[in-house]
Order: sequence, then C-alpha cells, then structure tokens
Amino acid sequence: MAAEPDQSTHDGAAVSGTVAADASRDRIPARPAWRAELSDEVSVYEPYRFGLPPLRRYLRDAWRRRDFATELSRTSLHAQHFDTAFGQLWLLLNPLLLALIYFLLVDLLRAGQQGSGYFAHLMAGLFAFQLVGGAVTQAAKSVVAGQRLILNTAFPRTLLPLSSVITAIKRFLPSVLIYAPVHIAAGLPVGPALLWLVPVAVLLALFACGAALLAAAAQVYVRDLSSFLPYLLRLWLYGSPVLYYFSDLSQRSKAILAINPLTPLLASLSDILQNGAAPSVAVMALGVAWTAVTFLGGTLFFISRERDFAVRL
Amino acid sequence: MPSVSDRHRVKLDHVSLTYETSYEKAPTLRSTARRLGRRERLVREIKALKGVSLQVPEGMVLGVVGPNGAGKSTLLRTVAGILPPTEGRIEVRGRVSTLLALGVAFNRDLSGRDNVMLGGLAAGMSRAELLQRYDEIVDWAELRDVMDLPMRTYSSGMAGRLGFSVAAHMDPDIVLVDEALSVGDAHFRRKSFAKMRSLCEESRTILIVSHALGSIRELCDQAIWLEKGAMEMWDHPDAVVDAYTSFHGIQEGELDKEDI
Repeated sequence: MAAEPDQSTHDGAAVSGTVAADASRDRIPARPAWRAELSDEVSVYEPYRFGLPPLRRYLRDAWRRRDFATELSRTSLHAQHFDTAFGQLWLLLNPLLLALIYFLLVDLLRAGQQGSGYFAHLMAGLFAFQLVGGAVTQAAKSVVAGQRLILNTAFPRTLLPLSSVITAIKRFLPSVLIYAPVHIAAGLPVGPALLWLVPVAVLLALFACGAALLAAAAQVYVRDLSSFLPYLLRLWLYGSPVLYYFSDLSQRSKAILAINPLTPLLASLSDILQNGAAPSVAVMALGVAWTAVTFLGGTLFFISRERDFAVRL
Repeated sequence: MPSVSDRHRVKLDHVSLTYETSYEKAPTLRSTARRLGRRERLVREIKALKGVSLQVPEGMVLGVVGPNGAGKSTLLRTVAGILPPTEGRIEVRGRVSTLLALGVAFNRDLSGRDNVMLGGLAAGMSRAELLQRYDEIVDWAELRDVMDLPMRTYSSGMAGRLGFSVAAHMDPDIVLVDEALSVGDAHFRRKSFAKMRSLCEESRTILIVSHALGSIRELCDQAIWLEKGAMEMWDHPDAVVDAYTSFHGIQEGELDKEDI
C-alpha cells in the first residue's frame, strides 16, 4: 500500500514555515558549558539483503565497546558465583573430576594398558576441547539472552558471543594450573618445544570465536539448537583425538577424524606435550587452515545476519 | 560521506519497513519438521512503516502520536539503527540515546549497578564516563539503597525510573523516548517531566512517542501522527493532537489521566 500521496511527497517546506516561527517558544538556545561538543558523526541506515555492513566502521564501533564484552563476561561469571573462594575451587575441581571420570572409563575399557603419559594427554585434550565447547555452549544462548538489549540499543552484536568466548577463556586458565603438576609427575619432557603451545592456544581461541559466532547466529533461527548442542558436542569430543592418541587409530578411523576441524590442533597439542617436540608442519598448516575457515566463516555469517536479529527475537 | 544538511539531526527519506512474523512461538527444528508435511506457511507480513519522510532539525522536539500498532516504536527503532529499513534511507547525525519501552533491565538477575554499566557500555559510553555519571544517575532515580540488588527485586516503577535516569544522563545529541513519561509515582512523573523539559531546553534533538497528549502539546515543537505505518499529518503539535483526537473520537481528558 502506498502512503497518503500528500504525505509521502512531503518536502518539509510547508511545515518548516510554521515551525520556524514557533521554534523560539520556551527555548533557551544556549548549550550548557559542561556539555561535550556535539558529535557530528553521521550514521546511514539503508536496506540490505545478505551483505555486510561497512566493516571499517563496524570494527571501530566494536573496538570502542570492548569494555562491554569484558564487563558482560565478568558479570556472568559473577552470577555463577565464580568470583567467590568456593566458586574458584570449583573451577579447579570441575575439569579435574571430568578428567578422572574419563580416565576411569578408558582404564576399564583398555584394562590398564595405557602408558604413563596417557592421563596428561587426556587432561590436556579435554581442557582444550572444553575451551571450544564451553564457548559454543555459552554463546548459543548469548544473543537470545541479550534480546532486550538488542531491541533497545544499536551496537555490534558480535560482542555478545565474544563475551562468551572471554568467559570460556577465563574458565580455561585455571585448568592450566591443574595440568602442570600432572605433566611433571608423569615425567613428560619440559623444554623450549613447549613454546609451541602459544600459537596452538591462540589458534584454539580464534577457532572458539568462529564456532561461538556460528552457534550464536544459528540459535536465532533454530531455537532448539541449544537442546541438541550437548549431544553434538559429546559426539564431537568422541570424534576428536582426546580419549585416545591419533597415532593409535586405524587408517579408516584416521580418515573419519580428518573431517573434524579440531583434529589437527588437538593432535599438535598432544605432540608438543607428549614428545616435547615441534608439531609436524603439515598438521599445523592444516590447523591454521581450519581455524581460518572457522573464524572467518563464523564471523562473516554472524555479521551478515545480525541486522536481522531484532525482528527475529 | 553523503552530505546531510547542516541543520538536520535526523532525516528519513521514504522509509518503509516490512517484516515477516511467525505465528509460532519460536522457530525450532521440531516445529519445522512437523509443518513440512502440511505445507503451511505460518508467517504474516507486517508493514510497520510505509514511506515515511521526515526531517528533524537540531534542537527540535518532535512528538509522535498514533494508536497502538501504528509504527511509532518501529519508527524510533529505525532512527536508533536497531531495525534497518526495507526501503528508503535514514541519516542520523550525532550520538543517540534510546529510552525505549523495554527500559534498562537487560538481565533481571544482575544488579541494578551491573545493568546500568552494561547498558551504558553497549550504548557506546566509556567506563570512565559512566563512573563519572553513575552517582548522578543513581541519585536522580533515588535508588541508591537498592543498586546492588538484582533487578528482579525491583518494582516496575523502580526499573522505569532507573531506565529514564540512564537515558537522560547519557549526554546524547539525540534522545528517543518511548512512553517513558509516565514512570513511577506522581512524584517521579513530575520529576521526569521536568527533566524532559530541561533536556528540551538544552536544545537537544528529541523524538517523543507518547499517549499523554498534554505532554506532546507542551513539550514538542512539531508533531507527527502515524496511522497504520503511514504519516497522516505533520504539523504544529496542537493541530496534530486536535486532528488525531477528533479522528479517533477520543476525549483528550481520557488519555491525559496518566499525564500531570
């Protein structure tokens, strides 16, 4: 339906006339001295289909609001009582208990055949996987949970899932403290090759960002995703070289694991920790490639859809 | 950058907004799978805005009147950049502060303090700016005692007061106000009305959606009347309010009970 013809062709001239005469009523034109300079930044909003918003501006807006993501992460940890002494104790105990349970399971299945480094391998893989899995689980709820804020304020929506990634990283850090004594007790090598952990950790964090953004956007369109997510994540964990060594697998199983984007990073992680050696260049290259695909794919998908969220919530 | 005439803070050029809404509560795989066999399409198209053109010069207070569902809140959300238009173009110059119907409470399990901080940071204020204004916000809302309690323990009036206070103290260039003049008790209604008037006097650009037609007459320089997403009229507030009330056969007094 078209608008009333005389309204849609309104050029403002007629109206401005009546108002100009009137604009002085009850008006103190002076701006108070404390008032900051008026911002002259122009925002333009136009129709879109699938494209991206102007990226330079988007990134600048997101960077300017980075405190929002860290603050949101802090408050969500606070709401889960992770800033109390017992809460932090739980942060340390929870991954340890999880590792023990899986250790018992595998010990039963294999009748105690694993070597001395196995528990360390299991722990490291589990904690690394939890970094990604925790970020995805939290992020899947982030956009729908931020509904009121999304309907009230314009801001880069990526900050919501990214705040979940920050939370997952904060929960991951204490598990490093748990792992270190286990590593040493198992007599695993300590040397300069451990510096390779830094790029692997960075890649894992970027991978977690991509997966988190993907899950957060998908949840808007498929609201029962977060109900399926625990099963998907469990399947993903069992299909990752965490409960077992990648090198122990049959040719057929290796081929299946090759489609898991996390396999190269987790296999490299285990290589570095177990053998104290630099990971294979080919495997690391594959890890970088999968991380780039996940990070860029998740980010671009989220940003291209986020302007649609307000009408979907 | 496209040029904006110097005096316009907000400019809408033939803006239309159409979206599809679903009858379902929420889109899930389960419901999609169940629907597949039946080939139903449970969506309805909503034309929330139809070719609205509007210019709001700096310092103007523009009132928006219209019945429920006329597109008033949608109009404010498009200006805030929350809902992109389906057609047309919107230009906004300056920092926008929104006081929309949902208020400040973004997570009711978090304390009032956390909600104020998160809302302000999301709106683009820095942590330092917020801390600097925090006392002013809390004192104006008269809620100092309860700022560390979760917002679910607040009454709706208290939450509304806090929301109003945050938006009013953000030092925005453009303020968008949706039905927020009637927050709290008589004391606060008077106080928020006075605050609105002082914001108007500081020559900020303000868009007010309100059913309190008396406030529209008193605060606004111009008013528009939206009817089913289209702009019916754009004129002096007295003329718009008179036309609107006579069109709908409303006694103005009925609507103004909420007003002071």
